[in-house]
Amino acid sequence: MKSIQVSTTINGDPVEFLCTPDEPLLDVLRNRLGLTGAKEGCGTGDCGACSVTVNGRLVCSCLVLGVEAEGAQIETIEGMAQGETLHPLQRHFIEKAALQCGVCTPGILVAAKSLLEKNASPTDEEVRYWLAGNLCRCTGYDKIIEAVQSAAAEMRGEV
Amino acid sequence: MRYMTAETAEAASTALAAEPGLARVLAGGTDLLVQLKAGMIQPDLVVDIKKIPGIREITPEAGGWRIGAAVANAELKEHAQVKADWPGVVEGANLIGSTQVQGRCTMAGNLCNGSPAADAVPGLVAADASVTIVGPSGTRVAKVADIPAGPGRTTLAKGEIVTAIHLPARAPRSADAYLRFIPRTEMDIAVASAAVSLTLSEDGTVTHARVALGAVAPKVVLADASTIIGTKLDDAALAALAKAAESVCNPIDDKRGTIEFRTSTAGVLARRAALIAYNRAKGVK
Repeated sequence: MKSIQVSTTINGDPVEFLCTPDEPLLDVLRNRLGLTGAKEGCGTGDCGACSVTVNGRLVCSCLVLGVEAEGAQIETIEGMAQGETLHPLQRHFIEKAALQCGVCTPGILVAAKSLLEKNASPTDEEVRYWLAGNLCRCTGYDKIIEAVQSAAAEMRGEV
Repeated sequence: MRYMTAETAEAASTALAAEPGLARVLAGGTDLLVQLKAGMIQPDLVVDIKKIPGIREITPEAGGWRIGAAVANAELKEHAQVKADWPGVVEGANLIGSTQVQGRCTMAGNLCNGSPAADAVPGLVAADASVTIVGPSGTRVAKVADIPAGPGRTTLAKGEIVTAIHLPARAPRSADAYLRFIPRTEMDIAVASAAVSLTLSEDGTVTHARVALGAVAPKVVLADASTIIGTKLDDAALAALAKAAESVCNPIDDKRGTIEFRTSTAGVLARRAALIAYNRAKGVK
């Protein structure tokens, strides 16, 4: 299969890569670009562990072809912390112990950030529905919801 | 597999028609990439239609709406005016998959995937929506109801692509609603579903209605809506509607739902969706 050259922007940086036409963006990120934060849980859009944003829209990178990244703006978990400074969501996930094995965590953080950009004050129910496509087999979700809400409160300047 | 981005619908159609092997359209890819991953299909050509001008836009048209075939359902949800005119169409489309899937999936893709349980389709059929189809022999318009041919099959010919969905103009005091039954609260495929679109007179009598059922036959089916026309959805009218819905069911029998369960559930959902649409049409929140 003939590879195609793709020019894109990832976490604000211009990036060029070669990939085959049938290669999912997730495989490009992990195997070609060394961005291994996005995880492959299912590879079929069910688990959300590979969540990224493409042109500001939350998607599963396993359900996007690498070639579709041409000209797009992609944000991954690697772009979330500013240098050594963690994003409030990342800090509150640690403080609330909202993770155990951590495989789902990058996807949940990317998805939660996307939610809070659209809705700074979600209800618990809104958080749960928004994150329904992010499966976690460890935490039972309660601590995740608490961490999202406390990060949201801090981001609203309430803490 | 070769990948191309089409700059026009005609170019997409020409490439799809000329491909001697297996060709597929890529819009949101939420079905296509799963089929690729599972090895269910090995296309020779994939044509990405998202660069076609206007295909990702929602535009007012003849009092109704033109929804480009590559408009993601998350974008549809954020369009307040379409949601106000066709709340049932939008709520059906928004039941597909997760937030992440919503960011990519499209109503046109849901239609062309040909699933009898497609959540976006009953609402479109109840709305009497149409599609524009561009193909090797030109452009044609067809009813959404005429596109599904059976599980995984459509009436589209080789090289034909849907470029837009058209929602008609809304009369005053009109509304629609969509309900489905799934064994959990989110992220599942309909076991049975119902969409109801109706228009009321000033005194609250139903003057026009369409009722479409999903997941209870090889393709979406219409139930006899004359059972509620001329009524104010009293108990007798609703009972007649449920019976009319049950009578057109021809479902499969599987672990997700027996024939009896799917049939009676379709009747219940038709009745409840009719009441929701009725209250919306009357302006009751």
